[in-house]
Amino acid sequence: MSLAITTRLARGRVPRSGGVMAAAVFLVVLAVAALWPGLFTRIDPLQTEISNALAAPSPAHPFGTDQTGRDVFARVVYGTQHSLVIGLVATLLALLGGLVVGTIAGIAPRAVDTVLSRIIDVLMAFPELLIALLVIAIVGPGESSLVVALAIAGVAVYARVSRIQTLVVRRSGYVRAARTLGVHPLVSVVRHVVPNTLGPLLVMATIGFGTSIAAAAGLSFLGLGSAPPTPEWGLILAEGRNFLGTAWWIAVFPGLAVTGTVIAATVVGRRLLARRAGRTS
Amino acid sequence: MLVVWGAATLGFIVLKLIPGDPVEVMLGVQAQVSEETKALIREDWGLNEPVLSQYFGYLGRLVTGDLGTSYQLRQPVATVIAQQLPSTLQLTALALAFALALAAASALFARRRRAGRVVSVLELVVISSPAFWTGLVLIAVFAFGLGWFPVAETNTPRSLVLPALALALPVAGIISQILRQGLDAAERQPFATTALARGATRGRLLTHHTLRHAATDSLTITAYLVGSLLSGAVLVETVFARPGLGRATLRAIIERDLPVILGIIVLAAATFAIVNLVVDILYRVVDPRLRQAVAA
Repeated sequence: MSLAITTRLARGRVPRSGGVMAAAVFLVVLAVAALWPGLFTRIDPLQTEISNALAAPSPAHPFGTDQTGRDVFARVVYGTQHSLVIGLVATLLALLGGLVVGTIAGIAPRAVDTVLSRIIDVLMAFPELLIALLVIAIVGPGESSLVVALAIAGVAVYARVSRIQTLVVRRSGYVRAARTLGVHPLVSVVRHVVPNTLGPLLVMATIGFGTSIAAAAGLSFLGLGSAPPTPEWGLILAEGRNFLGTAWWIAVFPGLAVTGTVIAATVVGRRLLARRAGRTS
Repeated sequence: MLVVWGAATLGFIVLKLIPGDPVEVMLGVQAQVSEETKALIREDWGLNEPVLSQYFGYLGRLVTGDLGTSYQLRQPVATVIAQQLPSTLQLTALALAFALALAAASALFARRRRAGRVVSVLELVVISSPAFWTGLVLIAVFAFGLGWFPVAETNTPRSLVLPALALALPVAGIISQILRQGLDAAERQPFATTALARGATRGRLLTHHTLRHAATDSLTITAYLVGSLLSGAVLVETVFARPGLGRATLRAIIERDLPVILGIIVLAAATFAIVNLVVDILYRVVDPRLRQAVAA
């Protein structure tokens, strides 16, 4: 779901600390699975075993096997790396792009600000998924264009927040004082304005990370991202779609991984947002 | 209007910036066509004219409802969209109805502490579940498992239920959360205490006072979400193998059918503008203060 909305929702209920801990632990487990997938399973995610195709979940294959007898658990574990890296890089690029555009809009002359703000408005009018689809239409499918597409789709929200934050900080006493003391305006932007914008943006990015992972899985599911036989969550889901009647486990478990990641990122992000709100008010 | 124009312009600029000759794209990689034929096609499609005159030509035709001609399907884009639109409209309309009904139900019946907690966890789960996965799970359980609904590809009202539900669930979660937050906030207002002191029951307070108060915020978010319903249709239509605008979009993207893509951008922007207009009118209905502001 869109980042603009999820951050808005976060103003509501603050999750209880038990849930936040569980979510944080889940994210750590994911990070470990991404870095050292071998710790969780000794099975090769690409190893086929036709005689054991479409086997139901069992102690040997906790998530069952797919149409060529590959272990679904191993594929989900190894898929963590792909999905996490795509989500992380896309989120960071969006954050960086948004920071640059937003800060420029915040300090630039009015005309530039107006044009940038209008572009941001038009981008915000469209759902992120649609923008990502359009970018892929232009640059063509593939894993790297998927990252670029998600980054561009996410830029507007970060740009809007950093623009507002820049406008606020720019008028604050210490920035004026620095100017009076002879600090160069550009230096002041980098040393005083940007660090102040970064905090809220990083908190938003925690939630945005979950959104990106879900969007990446969706686009891969459509066949616009990673190429088979890569173990990527969206791709495993797409393969499982054809065997839904006979082998539900192929599609259900990677989807569970996506959902779990989004929930964990959202819960942690909401907690961080609530803490910021508490500090500033 | 500004958004439609902005989207059309941005879309046009971006499509012109794409590397590669549209004619080559149109013909495909394997096509063995002489240079003269290509030049003829370019002439025919007006691709030799200066970019600016192409742009104004495009805008001019856009005003009259002409969206250009699909590269691959050799049909007017407007026809392509018109063919696919009804199926997607049915899907999104039913999804929106489901979402509003679910949100209203959870907001009206889950206000008690414990129920509220259960519902807010449910909301988090459905908001976080990608629609295409929810769709697959629904098919696995209700079509394959219980056999209540057809699996795919039948054009009956029954075949519409599961895709609409898959599309509706995340949206329902968001609207429900906003609505319940709005109700909570409204109940803390002095007017709520006054109404209760005058002897209004909890039910009456809800239906006559706080619900109206909470509805404005929910309206804003619902308007925004109509767009995400439409883009979610791309995924859900693929999952359920339904024909529709979503699938047409996906085809256009994979085949790089630029006029169709541009047409869909314009359609999305127009939808956004119309939805916002409707919401502006609904605000007046819900919130009497806005009506007075206009009269004054």
